[in-house]
Amino acid sequence: MCGIAGLIHRGKSSNVGEELQNMLQALKHRGPDSTGYALYAENDGQNFIMRFKVGENVGEGSTSVNEDVSVYDSRKKLVDKNLSELGAVIVKEEKLTPYSYRYEIKYSKDLMDFSKKIESVEMVEILSIGKSLELIKDLGDAKTVCERYNLDKVQGTHGIGHARMATESGVDIKSAHPFWGYPFADVSVVHNGQLTNYWNNRRALENKGMRFMSECDSELIAVFLAEKMRNGATLEEGMKESLSGLDGVFTYFVATKDSLGMAKDTMAAKPLVLYESDELVAMGSEEIAIRSILPQEITTYDPFDGEVKVWQI
Amino acid sequence: MANLKTAEKKTKAQSMGMHTEVLTGKTQQKFFNPDEAENFFYWGTYDVDFNKRTELDVKEMDCKEVNRKIDDLMSEGFGTIVIKNPQGKHSLGVGVLNKLNLIFEGSLGYFGVGSIDGPMVRVNGRVGWSCAENMMAGKVVIEKNAGSCFGAAIRGGDLICKGSVGARTGIDQKGGTIIVGGDAGAFTGFMMQRGRIVILGDVGINLGDSMYDGTIYVGGKIGSFGSDAIEAPMTKIDIDWLERKLKVAEIGDNFDVSKMTKVVAGKKLWNYDALEPTEKKGAI
Repeated sequence: MCGIAGLIHRGKSSNVGEELQNMLQALKHRGPDSTGYALYAENDGQNFIMRFKVGENVGEGSTSVNEDVSVYDSRKKLVDKNLSELGAVIVKEEKLTPYSYRYEIKYSKDLMDFSKKIESVEMVEILSIGKSLELIKDLGDAKTVCERYNLDKVQGTHGIGHARMATESGVDIKSAHPFWGYPFADVSVVHNGQLTNYWNNRRALENKGMRFMSECDSELIAVFLAEKMRNGATLEEGMKESLSGLDGVFTYFVATKDSLGMAKDTMAAKPLVLYESDELVAMGSEEIAIRSILPQEITTYDPFDGEVKVWQI
Repeated sequence: MANLKTAEKKTKAQSMGMHTEVLTGKTQQKFFNPDEAENFFYWGTYDVDFNKRTELDVKEMDCKEVNRKIDDLMSEGFGTIVIKNPQGKHSLGVGVLNKLNLIFEGSLGYFGVGSIDGPMVRVNGRVGWSCAENMMAGKVVIEKNAGSCFGAAIRGGDLICKGSVGARTGIDQKGGTIIVGGDAGAFTGFMMQRGRIVILGDVGINLGDSMYDGTIYVGGKIGSFGSDAIEAPMTKIDIDWLERKLKVAEIGDNFDVSKMTKVVAGKKLWNYDALEPTEKKGAI
């Protein structure tokens, strides 16, 4: 089933970490396996923030194979070595869990080459790269993940999140949402639904040099949009093309450094409730997600079939 | 009704078209027996007084607690219940099989006021997916917008949304009337089998897809017709009915119903016309 939520403050910052946690926790019943956040935080904008994992969470409920924790350190050292070879400078590094890190780095060259080099290390996956994007995903509900990564203090303008019920792929971090829009900085996607032309699209996109890290159908949306943007399309144009390019049922959100968008398939088979004002746009799979941050009486609505909307901060 | 004598019960039952014979043998079917008093008792119904009013703040309650409390209040004779702070919770006000004025001061989540039979419901807010699903009778008025599957499988009553509704409005509708003041999404009237849908605004694609019977009236633009849905001429009966219905629903002041598009099923169910009226009722 899965639950998705997103919000964007227009013209100001807010405590988006806590707000998104509340929205996703309200949707816990739609997806208890894993939770992910893509927060667009108030960083200084000078350096890239790279979040990556060197292994999987093998805790309760995980479908991943248990590994000796010592391999995590050796993988991390290989990442550092590759960064050095790429000419990237690590300004700050944080070890968040035994298997995940947050690096602040100085780097000015091609992100695709950069990503390929980093991810050439076994089991290493870049969760996100961006100057404001902080993408965090792990097993557990919204509150658990929020506490594990100290997200409730994150200030920012917007964010999207996902509460996942694993259906067609494993209970692991690599299949959790959001997905980074590789190789574009600050692009993330969450999705509720099922895509039925995943393999056809995946093969075509891989032939064009795009990379997939999981077998989760939702990753296709991020890669699909990234490929369109790589060829010059705007975010909104790419999203509109996705309505015919992606087959199946879906409601998805996509966020960039300064915008938030939603798209709904032409069958309108997946739910979405939307609140829109001059100051704030909040949306989620269910109204209770919006009510968790806006308890006062407001007017909300369901976007129609085949609708695409994009808002700027 | 429970005090009726057996003969009166039998007559009453027959007049209502119910079976009265009692079969023997290994049948698994349970037929109506007028000698059983419980057959004349509708569980979950109470004598309530509309002038007896109460308010219930449900901010800290879950849906089960709210629905039990509504039942308790009806059993105490309250005929007007105002629910405060519903906050988009799911499944509120379901299974009310009673006359009742039920007012929600706020919005409902999914499956609000489903499977009701008789109450007058007003929602001063929005409703999520599948509002009033399987409604039997009564009147439900939504002041703002509604989500998808509005009035799914309703059997009777009037379901009114003053705003716009999502996709698959009136899916599997088996009776009653759905009236929408704004626009409606794709697949409106999908697989509908009886009853009427009135949309004053525009509708999305595949209107009346796979509909068996029933009638859809659209005031605005139609995205596309679904399989088996065709346009039919508006008659004076249609116009009179629409004018009366919109007036009762307090919606669409001065709306020119004569310019609406009437949509019906272009294909009949196999052998459907050969059925007796009572059999038709049973068939759906």
